[in-house]
Amino acid sequence: MVEWLTVISIWLVPVTVMMILIVAIIRKVPAYEVFVEGGKEGLKMSVSLLPFLLGMLVAIAILRSSGALDAFIGLLQPILSKVGIPADIAPLAILRPISGTAALSVTTEIIKTYGPDSFLGRLASTMQGSTDTTLYILTVYFGAVGIKKMGNALKVGLIADFIGIIVSVIIVSWLFL
Amino acid sequence: MFNGTMEQVNEALFEGASDAVTLVISLSSVLVFWLGMMRVAERAGILKGFAKLFRPIVKRLFPEIPDGHPAMGYILANFSANLFGLGNAATPMGIKAMEEMKKISKSDHASNSMITFLVINTSSLTLVPTTVIGIRMEYSSAAPTEIVASTILATFITTVSAITIDRLMQKTRQK
Repeated sequence: MVEWLTVISIWLVPVTVMMILIVAIIRKVPAYEVFVEGGKEGLKMSVSLLPFLLGMLVAIAILRSSGALDAFIGLLQPILSKVGIPADIAPLAILRPISGTAALSVTTEIIKTYGPDSFLGRLASTMQGSTDTTLYILTVYFGAVGIKKMGNALKVGLIADFIGIIVSVIIVSWLFL
Repeated sequence: MFNGTMEQVNEALFEGASDAVTLVISLSSVLVFWLGMMRVAERAGILKGFAKLFRPIVKRLFPEIPDGHPAMGYILANFSANLFGLGNAATPMGIKAMEEMKKISKSDHASNSMITFLVINTSSLTLVPTTVIGIRMEYSSAAPTEIVASTILATFITTVSAITIDRLMQKTRQK
């Protein structure tokens, strides 16, 4: 099953590109001109994205380097352990929605320290894979199209992340213990 | 301030800023390529056909999007790229989907369909967590892929609960 999906993943992009071009030729679409036109739009988009991303990344960098984030993690650790989240996993649980790179380095650290086949290693792997960086996604998608009022998106995203953490603990304990 | 780490803060500030620039540059390469490609697909009518095909499934998730609207095509393209772990193709499609949804809502407030779309994205749709498998291999796991089942299960449950919470909040907002 896994091998299968990997093969599909590798083939998907080249095949998609080929299919698009073949259909374009059949329907007599001037593919190159249209491609360039769409590409220009992509460039404009990435330029307008920069201020949003820069603001968010600088804010996160400051929170991490000043120790404010660590203090926050220390504060939440006892609360999280009450709901059954191991203390060593707590930093990952808190960082996952905030910063993709920080979470990945914590996951690597846990796998390195406890071993990939330990309970904590499996738990960290599952948590890392089963949710995405909420803050980054909201910044990029809302930023690119200039949405200023996010509505409930952040709230729903973070609640879902919290559920994801709890669910990961339950599933990994159930599957592997 | 209280930890005497002001120097690191200074450093981090500019590091964060230059990280953002690097990120945007690497993002621009996939944005230009995929938006160019998707424009061709749109002009050739592929997106519309795609949207029509899967309409019954996604219609209930995005009731605000009219039949045959390109937004649906982009949403589907984003979902499929995510499922196969093609993160760098998923982002451009997702941004296009947002743009089309903004054309429908015509405001700078997030619409219901935008929030639903993003919540599904943040809870992740990945089937094979390739990065994690890579790390597990590096630290010589006996079975690097054994976490695939637990990941898919966790992803499924979070995505479903995210959609449910989103629906509940939509209802309370409308009241």
